[in-house]
Amino acid sequence: MTASTLAAPRALSRRVGPAATVRHTMTLAWRTLVQIKHNPMELLDLSVQPIMFVLLFTYVFGGQMAGGDPKVYLQYALPGIIAQNALFATLNTGVGLNTDITKGVFDRLRALPIARMSPLAGRILADTVKQAWSMMILLAVGMLIGFRVKTDVAGVLGALLILVIVAFGVSWVSVLIGVLVSAPDKVQIFGFTTIFPLSFSSSAFVRVDTMPGWMQAWAKVNPVTDLADAARGLLNGTAVAAPATKAILWAVVFAVIFAPLAVRALRRRV
Amino acid sequence: MTYAIQAEGLEKRFGETVALDGVDLAARAGTVLGVLGPNGAGKTTAVRILATLLRPDGGRATVCGHDVVREAHQVRQLIGLTGQYASVDEMLTGTENLVMIGRLLDLPRREAKARAAELLERFELWDARDRATKTYSGGMRRRLDLAASLVGRPSVLFLDEPTTGLDPHARGGLWETVRDLVSEGVTVLLTTQYLEEADQLADDLVVIDRGKVIADGTPDELKTQVGGQVLQVRPVDARDRETVAGLVSMVAGNGMQIEGDLVTAPVSDPAVLPTIVRHLDDAGVLVAELSLRRSSLDEVFLSLTGHRAEDSHAPELVAEGSPA
Repeated sequence: MTASTLAAPRALSRRVGPAATVRHTMTLAWRTLVQIKHNPMELLDLSVQPIMFVLLFTYVFGGQMAGGDPKVYLQYALPGIIAQNALFATLNTGVGLNTDITKGVFDRLRALPIARMSPLAGRILADTVKQAWSMMILLAVGMLIGFRVKTDVAGVLGALLILVIVAFGVSWVSVLIGVLVSAPDKVQIFGFTTIFPLSFSSSAFVRVDTMPGWMQAWAKVNPVTDLADAARGLLNGTAVAAPATKAILWAVVFAVIFAPLAVRALRRRV
Repeated sequence: MTYAIQAEGLEKRFGETVALDGVDLAARAGTVLGVLGPNGAGKTTAVRILATLLRPDGGRATVCGHDVVREAHQVRQLIGLTGQYASVDEMLTGTENLVMIGRLLDLPRREAKARAAELLERFELWDARDRATKTYSGGMRRRLDLAASLVGRPSVLFLDEPTTGLDPHARGGLWETVRDLVSEGVTVLLTTQYLEEADQLADDLVVIDRGKVIADGTPDELKTQVGGQVLQVRPVDARDRETVAGLVSMVAGNGMQIEGDLVTAPVSDPAVLPTIVRHLDDAGVLVAELSLRRSSLDEVFLSLTGHRAEDSHAPELVAEGSPA
């Protein structure tokens, strides 16, 4: 920089246009994805852990379930495992956001002339890509050990879509927690203490009618049941319309309640 | 006179805590404004307001004539920010961090890469460019932080305690860089709790304590304001200390202090030196050290606030332990 370029007033833009907003969001999504390259543990989180779950459920529990044939159980449980995994993966958003805030990356980004929504939007976009990756890994591993898609490509895409939509809705809870807690691992703790009981007290791993009556009552209103049933319906050819509608409604409810709370909390914190 | 940064009556409260209580400051274009104060004085809050990260509760501020609240987007196109809180992404490499910022500043991909390479060279990070920054040393991190804030060729640079935690060598390197930037026409606002740093770099100084500006001026003006010079006498024999103290008090007036066997006093008249020599000679006291030096900023700070600006061994004690 020379003194002469400084003396001339710079042409400053007055606001961030929509094209620039999209570009900034994409750049920040890229940044979140490229992190994986330098942190192979994250890839492990996204791939190995889900695969382990599929194998454990199929071969450990499978023999005792569904008449002793692991494949029959796998056919029932895989959509549920994918649903549970999608819920766990929403924690990524809160953990990543909290890391950015506590490490100061978020402030550096906010001091740049970019759209205010881009840092969060970029992260959510990248996390959606990670979600899709985990789901496809799970489905592929399931198919390798005997899971059969009983519908068609549209069914698979529909299942992925509905899982991504619900994960997006739920991820606002994760964003809110990520903004409120003081350290990233607290997001994890919150996630494990809520998602574990929620997913096990649903139709994700066992049929609701095998549970005691009082638990059936809970399982039937548990949103994870709707999500697991919707994914199961789209992959196994069982009933879709009712659980899918309810699952998407849940996603909307989560987003409508938690997105404004999360955005407000974020504005306050930073 | 053109001011690159101007703030009037900045106020900010966090709940019950008053972080800023009417702060005025101004940085002349192309100079370094040092903002000096202990931990918790409000320095970082002031920088965060000027860098558009925080809205003030009262007062107003402009950067290059643009209001930091109403024209925040324009201000963001003009500034660079480096501080303990404005940091690079640890998971990315040096190159990736700088390219990302270039892209966010709307540089085309090729230009963003070229700018990143140029800055990595300049800050001696070229060899580490493809390593994740979590593997960088503290000094390297700070250099990359600074490089990141220069990607957009800012007219105004905010450096919030840029050398806290750095070793003397890294600190010296950073000072060089700041001088280079100023010679290129950049205006720098630098906060620090190190008086030496302020003395070395700042053209003008603002001293902040508990959210208020308690003094401003050039480093020389501030030193002169507080008596200007310090007389120091150390007797050869420590038993003569009381005698020396008495003589120094007599010659210099108020403000005599004893630290170990060293007797010091602020003085404004250089003629005290021959006078004290005569008195010491009459009293038959041999001295190991006798000098007249200009007040350090540390003494300026002490006399302004009643407490020291820094304690290198326990910096956090300064903020908490300051007398109420």
